Amino acid sequence: MPAVSLHGITKRFPGVVANDGVDFEAAEGEVHALLGENGAGKSTLSNILTGLYRPDEGSVELYGERVEFDSPRDALNAGICMVHQHFRLVPPFTVAENVILGDTRGESGRFLVHPRHIERRVAELGERYRIAVDPRARVWQLSLGEQQRVEILKALYREAKILILDEPTAVLTPQEAESLFITLRAMAAEGRTVIFISHKLHEVTAVADRVTVLRGGKTVATVDTAESTTQSLASLMVGREVDVATRVPREITIGGPVLELAGVGATGDRGAEALHDVTMTVRSGEIVAVAGVAGNGQRELAEAITGMRPTTAGTITVDGKPLKGGDAREAIHAGVAHVPEDRLHTGVAPSLSIASNTVLKSYRGAQIAHGPLLRLSAIKERALSLITNYDVRTSGPNVPARQLSGGNLQKVVLGREFSGEPRVLIAASPTRGLDVSAIETVHRYLREGATGGMGIVLISEDLDEILALADRIVVMYEGRIVGELDAETATKDALGLLMAGVTEPVA
Amino acid sequence: MNNSILVVVLASAVTYGTPLLYSALGELVAERSGVLNLGVEGMMLVGAVMGFWAVQTIPGPGPLVLIIAVCVAAIAAGLMALIHAFLVITLRANQIVSGLALTIFAGAGGLSSYLGNDLNLADAPAKHAFGAFFPHSMQTLPVVGPIFFEQNALVFVAWLFVGGVAFYLARTRPGLNLKAVGEAPAAADAMGINVTRTRYIHTVVGGAFAGIGGATFSLAITPQWVDGLTQGAGWIAIALVIFAFWRPALCLVGAYFFGAFAGLPFTLQARGVTVAPELFQALPYVMTILVLVTVSAAGARRRLGAPGALGTPYVREER
Repeated sequence: MPAVSLHGITKRFPGVVANDGVDFEAAEGEVHALLGENGAGKSTLSNILTGLYRPDEGSVELYGERVEFDSPRDALNAGICMVHQHFRLVPPFTVAENVILGDTRGESGRFLVHPRHIERRVAELGERYRIAVDPRARVWQLSLGEQQRVEILKALYREAKILILDEPTAVLTPQEAESLFITLRAMAAEGRTVIFISHKLHEVTAVADRVTVLRGGKTVATVDTAESTTQSLASLMVGREVDVATRVPREITIGGPVLELAGVGATGDRGAEALHDVTMTVRSGEIVAVAGVAGNGQRELAEAITGMRPTTAGTITVDGKPLKGGDAREAIHAGVAHVPEDRLHTGVAPSLSIASNTVLKSYRGAQIAHGPLLRLSAIKERALSLITNYDVRTSGPNVPARQLSGGNLQKVVLGREFSGEPRVLIAASPTRGLDVSAIETVHRYLREGATGGMGIVLISEDLDEILALADRIVVMYEGRIVGELDAETATKDALGLLMAGVTEPVA
Repeated sequence: MNNSILVVVLASAVTYGTPLLYSALGELVAERSGVLNLGVEGMMLVGAVMGFWAVQTIPGPGPLVLIIAVCVAAIAAGLMALIHAFLVITLRANQIVSGLALTIFAGAGGLSSYLGNDLNLADAPAKHAFGAFFPHSMQTLPVVGPIFFEQNALVFVAWLFVGGVAFYLARTRPGLNLKAVGEAPAAADAMGINVTRTRYIHTVVGGAFAGIGGATFSLAITPQWVDGLTQGAGWIAIALVIFAFWRPALCLVGAYFFGAFAGLPFTLQARGVTVAPELFQALPYVMTILVLVTVSAAGARRRLGAPGALGTPYVREER
């Protein structure tokens, strides 16, 4: 009898069918991966299983009994816990307070809170499953990897029988991911069911017993990992034969430096130092990747270079000219292009048309503007040519940007940024959330940009992407650059150690 | 000695600080759940008028009538808060707009004035009022006499409230849930805490506290019904929550500090010192500006330690 079994689950949202008759089964004591591209319906399915959404059709059975969840509380009471991609933790609370939050059983369910006993229990669980965290630490002080441990501790404390993890390795170094896998295997060995949601093939084959592949909201297949390869899983996931990201040889003509950072410092949103003494050089024609676990200053670095965040120390020089810093228009004029992390809100003005968005950075120029007036025909022409050249799938240039899919939106952003003939392109997580074919397209544009003489800074948390694209890799840890590697010879292990802040040479 | 300026100022600080303390504690409770309620001034006035009405109409022995009157004030203001709760929690209206609307609706020139006129409450002396709680012999003690023993029961009940709220927040499970809902509603929701219910309860309870604050004016300080008798105390109370960094004990200190300001014109007048009264009357307006700037500036809020989700409606099924 399976621990979890979903039959014919359908969930519709305005304009999309997120789950279309999905079947899914996971047994007791197994690690079961749910594999699919972004938008395949994995998150919706897990939200149904955790009581956040109600399915429009279909049934949910736990250990052979049909259940209906009205709220997350029902799912929790049935023994289902989820570790969300964006952690559901209360930052000012201690680890112990987060662990007992909402728990109504026994000790932690009493009217008065007695932290001592709970702290001891949390510490014990941490020891036993090798995910120790100081129970008295405040969550905001913890690294993302540690915060994830708190989420797992929450599930263990509540004696969850079914644990769902949504893209758990996105915030981990490869070594941390390995250690997470050991914890998950230990939990499964005790008879719990672990559902592991991912779109990373090598992780799935490393940790799961079986894999269910979703595509376009439908179940494609359930296979044993022992009998499948990353290649076969990739084909199932995408629906056609694909090359798993590999290095594409590219003719590299390295020119002079186009971007130089010397001792750059900046403060983060909370007022703490986010960048410290960052020195790096990007030359014309090369792709320099910035690797690191999320939240180690990458976003602040991108913002500092593009003038969106003032610097507190050091100099940024573009094409030989130093920037004052903290002035986005100055950076644009100096030749800095930016593909921002949040493409929908920072990359475009979502409610404006594609046409308006294509001239957001050039509307002052003589080709577009007549003094204070805009040349609407010129704008339309430019938008049409962008749509054709970059193969944007849309019904026309007047469509609001927010209606575009992620991939098409990114093409609009790339098209606009390239049209300014920049010297430097800062691409922050340019393929996050895109499907495989859109990723291929974005990668091709980045390679072409570099071949055309641009210097490209690729900020990414995806090591596969970095290894496939970059010529050089710098690693950021806690706002500093802790190492630089040649992409040809770099290994994930070496990168992982640097990402964890280990800079001692390891024999 | 008991007539020295310092003692008189301290005594009036406690007297005038008490309504501020009740209202600030109420606002603190609501804001800790993530609901900003700028309707404090309006809720205080409705509490004041309904409390006074209860005292004038309910027959019975004085102490009992006064207790009932305070409850009536709390319920009336709680109902006002319920309007705000429905608008901002269920309908997800903008909390600043809804709170301002509540003050305009219920405050001076609004519902409280209408009720005062309609129930013929103005200019009548109170049938019962809160008097000094301790015997006369203790009131004549040096220094502590005027400052503490001359005070009415509401002053001392307010201390119980401070301790109660502080204990509730720090040591109880519902208090932990409350803080979680105000800081990270998505996390609270995922852990099975009913965000909507928590917010409703604490917004309404916060309103009830403001009602008691208003009743402190009409049943103890004045004690009669005068249109708009709170004179902007509600705004000072909201500002106080910010100055107190959302902590009950600091609310006590802040309330007495601003209470001293509120009582100062009378004290000075009695001594024959004339200070332009406009100076003091302007204080609530200065506070209002300060409150609006602080609650709208994200950076300032974070630095001061405001609840993470203050002012933001919670939507679960977001896609």
